[in-house]
Amino acid sequence: MRGPFDHLFRAVVCASAIAVVACGGGSNQTQQNTAQPQGAAAPPPSSGAAAPAAAPVDAATAATVTGKVTFMGTPAAAQPVKLGSDPYCEKANPGLKTETEVVGSDGSLGNVFVYVKDGLGNRTFPAPSDPVVLDQKGCHYTPHVLGIQIGQPLQIVNSDDTLHNVHGLAKTNKEFNQGQPIQGMKMTHTFSTKEVMIPFKCDVHGWMNAWIGVLDHPYYAVTSTDGTFSLKGLPPGTYTIEAWHEKLGTQTQTVTVGEKETKNVAFTFKA
Amino acid sequence: MLPVFAALVAASTALLIFAGGLVTSTGSGLSVPDWPNTYGWFMWTFPLSKMVGGIFYEHLHRLVASTVGFLIVVLAIWLARAEPRAWVRRLGYLALAAVVTQGVLGGITVLWYLPDAISIAHASLAQIVFCLTTTIALVTSRGWVSGYADPQGSRRVQGPRRTQRNSDPGSPILDSRSLRDATLERIAIITTAAIYVQIVIGATMRHTGAGLAIPDFPLSFGHLIPTHWDPKIAIHFAHRVGAAAITVLITATSGHVLYHHRQRRELVRPAVLLLILVATQVTLGALTVLSQKQFIINSLHVVNGALVLVTSLVLTLRAHRGHFADAAARTVQVRATGERAASRTTVREVRA
Repeated sequence: MRGPFDHLFRAVVCASAIAVVACGGGSNQTQQNTAQPQGAAAPPPSSGAAAPAAAPVDAATAATVTGKVTFMGTPAAAQPVKLGSDPYCEKANPGLKTETEVVGSDGSLGNVFVYVKDGLGNRTFPAPSDPVVLDQKGCHYTPHVLGIQIGQPLQIVNSDDTLHNVHGLAKTNKEFNQGQPIQGMKMTHTFSTKEVMIPFKCDVHGWMNAWIGVLDHPYYAVTSTDGTFSLKGLPPGTYTIEAWHEKLGTQTQTVTVGEKETKNVAFTFKA
Repeated sequence: MLPVFAALVAASTALLIFAGGLVTSTGSGLSVPDWPNTYGWFMWTFPLSKMVGGIFYEHLHRLVASTVGFLIVVLAIWLARAEPRAWVRRLGYLALAAVVTQGVLGGITVLWYLPDAISIAHASLAQIVFCLTTTIALVTSRGWVSGYADPQGSRRVQGPRRTQRNSDPGSPILDSRSLRDATLERIAIITTAAIYVQIVIGATMRHTGAGLAIPDFPLSFGHLIPTHWDPKIAIHFAHRVGAAAITVLITATSGHVLYHHRQRRELVRPAVLLLILVATQVTLGALTVLSQKQFIINSLHVVNGALVLVTSLVLTLRAHRGHFADAAARTVQVRATGERAASRTTVREVRA
């Protein structure tokens, strides 16, 4: 004898069947994705009080901090990356190697993010409108380490004829994960909060990763293979300069620069 | 046909658990950022040529999950139409509700970027779905419905601590309904529950990144007990302690069956299988650590754990068979034959 439970069951089955059918129905994505995902709004003021007015730096008195980052010891050898999980990547970039420790012949260390950690006081700096570009080419992020200002657009491009997902694992900013299945797709993202550093990864291609430093000022640089960096246009003052490396950690130094002065600092990371 | 189909559904659920294990083991959980679509394609029209890298594992998991969901819908409908026992029909509804919930949880894990609690819930509910489909397969099986009666009538009767032959052809046919072993019933329940808790601890360990929190095996940082602690080391060590406890419980349960119910094939088979599976599980667990979580070994450890759970569940249910009512108005004819009696028919009428 069928009871009320059976009628309920029929209703559940019908609803489930409708849900199974309704859970599909999307169409192919066609062209470029220029969506503005979360975080694209202009950065809010950092406190309830009105933000201090931007104080332009006097170019006549601006100072510079330059320097070089070196590595002491035997660096880990770059390993070939196994690209077999995607035939396109195998073909597009067969010689891809890991780039955790990029050390020049003279011991210079690349991919170090150097920035002013402290000393700018309550100065504010307008966000540039020119985008910083992060490219996915040959199943590899270019550049591997980059910096950007709060509110400045980050344009992420898929130059590959394969699918990538762009996964920003921000902690202070909002985490996001967007698909870019079509070659040529671009997406733009902005960050609202200072965060050093945000790891980026592609979950489709596990070897792909990048790092982004989000700051509220323009005084940052990423060392190339020659290990050098230059922080120009600094107001005279005393600053804490931090050098960050994805594997070797961070180091800080304090430097005082006078008007139109150039000071040199050196960082040495050890194996 | 229903028992065969139910068994197929249970088997496909095991396959789905393995597919899900591969997703986590390969770090592919967010390789498809959207849900329920896949990079904008309807799930079933996503080009196979684009199943590359992590997408292969994640999208395959979604396809298998949808298939299993559909199979469970069919199973629930079939039970509703053909199963006379109301409690079995309800199991079908429950399995359907569980798999729909499981699908929603899977979607939430993707859209909310794999929050630990949701991922752990997703893994834990998967085991419940597997238990439900296995139970349905069990209770619709011919053996269960007949109460594991031996139609030859020559089975030995084995009560607790006694062995005697059924030398009297007129004696009642013995089946699971005459099995009353309170000790076995209790220990089997405890073992099954403990296995489930161990699986949840394992899921917590996996989804909080604690799988290699203790990098050596069988020692912990070179000692029996870790020399230092943090939450990840604690959960990892708890899983190892749990494994030891489960091994003891399974040994005790299977040992009880083999000592007291050696003639009952419906109990001996899962008991022996449990011993094999737990030995395999401990080995896979060790290899997972020693191989630095090689993804296939890791995923086999997940699905083998599920098999340990359902095997213990089957043993538990069979130990409790005597408490279940049989199919409505079913008459079981058994014939006592063999060297001890001329042909004789004993008719037992059972009630719903």
